[in-house]
Amino acid sequence: MAAYALRRLGQSLLVLALMSFLVFVGVYAIGNPIELLVNPEADDAERARAAQALGLDKPLLVQYGVFLLHAAKGDLGRSFVYNIPAIQLILQRLPATLELALTATVIAILIGIPLGLVAGLKPDSWIGRSIMAGSIVGFSLPTFWVGLVLIMVFSVQLGWLPPNGRGATVSLLGVPVSFLTLDGLRHLAMPALNLALLKLSLLIRLTRAGTRETVLQDYVKFARAKGLPMRRVVGVHVLKNIMIPIVTVIGLELGSVIAFAIVTESIFAWPGTGKLLIDSINQLDRPVIVAYLLVIVAIFIVINFVVDVLYSLLDPRVRIGSAAPAH
Amino acid sequence: MRIAADRAPLEDGRAVRAESPWRRFAAEFAQSRLALLGLALLVLLAAVAIAAPWIAPQNPYDLAQLDVLDSRLPPGSESLAGKTYWLGTDDQGRDMLSAILFGLRISLTVGVASTVAALALGLALGLAAAYFGGWLDAAIMRIADIQLSFPAILIALILLAALGQGVGKIIVALVTVQWAYYARTVRSAALVERQKEYVEAAKVLALPEARIVFRHILPNCLPPLIVVATVQVAHAISLEATLSFLGLGLPITEPSLGLLIANGFQYLLSGKYWISFYPGIALLVTIMAINLVADQLRDVLNPRLKR
Repeated sequence: MAAYALRRLGQSLLVLALMSFLVFVGVYAIGNPIELLVNPEADDAERARAAQALGLDKPLLVQYGVFLLHAAKGDLGRSFVYNIPAIQLILQRLPATLELALTATVIAILIGIPLGLVAGLKPDSWIGRSIMAGSIVGFSLPTFWVGLVLIMVFSVQLGWLPPNGRGATVSLLGVPVSFLTLDGLRHLAMPALNLALLKLSLLIRLTRAGTRETVLQDYVKFARAKGLPMRRVVGVHVLKNIMIPIVTVIGLELGSVIAFAIVTESIFAWPGTGKLLIDSINQLDRPVIVAYLLVIVAIFIVINFVVDVLYSLLDPRVRIGSAAPAH
Repeated sequence: MRIAADRAPLEDGRAVRAESPWRRFAAEFAQSRLALLGLALLVLLAAVAIAAPWIAPQNPYDLAQLDVLDSRLPPGSESLAGKTYWLGTDDQGRDMLSAILFGLRISLTVGVASTVAALALGLALGLAAAYFGGWLDAAIMRIADIQLSFPAILIALILLAALGQGVGKIIVALVTVQWAYYARTVRSAALVERQKEYVEAAKVLALPEARIVFRHILPNCLPPLIVVATVQVAHAISLEATLSFLGLGLPITEPSLGLLIANGFQYLLSGKYWISFYPGIALLVTIMAINLVADQLRDVLNPRLKR
């Protein structure tokens, strides 16, 4: 297990280094930030001075080297726009994004798995068909358009929920959260539901597919033949076996939920990292874009690792480490 | 009937044998009425999109046909010239119905073009990985793994931020995020097929390798690929719309459905819903029709569900 974890850590650092280079080169290609940052009437000397102050006059590889040296010390550069360290800017915004993503995931799990089970157990009944039809609709709805419709219905027509912002926050262990205040909950409801919808359909379909394949297995037939109540067969024999892919997907999708939060945050003006990314792209704020991506990559690596470990705990057939021959 | 057909003279027999898998496939597909509805909608949407320049009430991008006095009219209003705007007008006095027809054209073009290109690229790389194996296989699949561990939207967003706007650029971005799905699917199917006896038989017959790969292995890898490709067209259209909505996809001169929706977003809070809402419906119906077809294809082509 320890050897496996170390090998994974090595691989992850390699991926991180590779991504940082690709991202740095890619972001370097985005326009020239000097044009936006310096007064358009400034003369060439002034531009050169600004470029020098920001380190933009050096060759790409030198800039990357300087970036790596600073990154090793935890410094991912200063935002051109806000003039504070980029990493600080992102860490300030991260709790909002994580709160949104986690709430959306919880909503998706609480609704998706029961519906998927029902649809999988009774695939040909009207209820099974309706759930599947609903999931196709949910799957097809583009996230941003659902967001618009939610705003249209609940904010403009009914006036129940606020269309943007995060509302009042309280501090929980030093982290500002919205879900503990009524105002915060009212602000959180629509974005979280919006973000949950895509994963909700995915979970319904995954649970249904797993259930349909599992109920055909001999051990389920045997359990039924033994006279076990349906509740026990579904709750223990079926659910336990389909939970493996489901937990894997929920874990892996957490990253994608954080990524899709970019869209939801833009629509609902939720002050998280996704909105920060879009604003930074529009303002050519390179250090923030690079820092955001590195933080996201790091989050992904952690998520993938945790999912792998969970996977081995859930499924005794997969034992991490036993695959590697002992030397 | 079938027995009689099988015993028919050779030329008839060949026709029956060539046709029957298709017939069986069509019959199984038609078992779901929802899927047939999806297919019918899809054909209709494609026809409407292709015919847009001829059937749209106005050319929404010919400024001479627009009248600013007609701007932001609600659905069903009449223009100064006496025409009816069934779906209202946008901020420039553009007929939304016409804008949607033209937008659908752009959305479908981008979706189909990127899918075909990604399919070709993924197919080539996946087949190469499966057939040659070794370091080539390891390299291709490693890249695919790393890429698939990141959400498509994130990669596309960064690419477009670097590349800029335009139809060609968004297709490049969509191909980049999609090829890996095909490569993986083809590779795993090809690895299974390669072990089968008919391939062995073909090798014993000393058929050329290219013939074995393209005529024997490839056709048998197609069913899962068809399912993936259908789902991915819907994905591509949705992703393009999302990126355009965020202002990173298509330029304003080539407004897809996503851009039309983005354009109406600012008027939403003042109750002028139609500028965003109707393009959204068009987008939704398109994606849903494709997904309905894909869903049934998956069930028909999945051998694991055959009892």
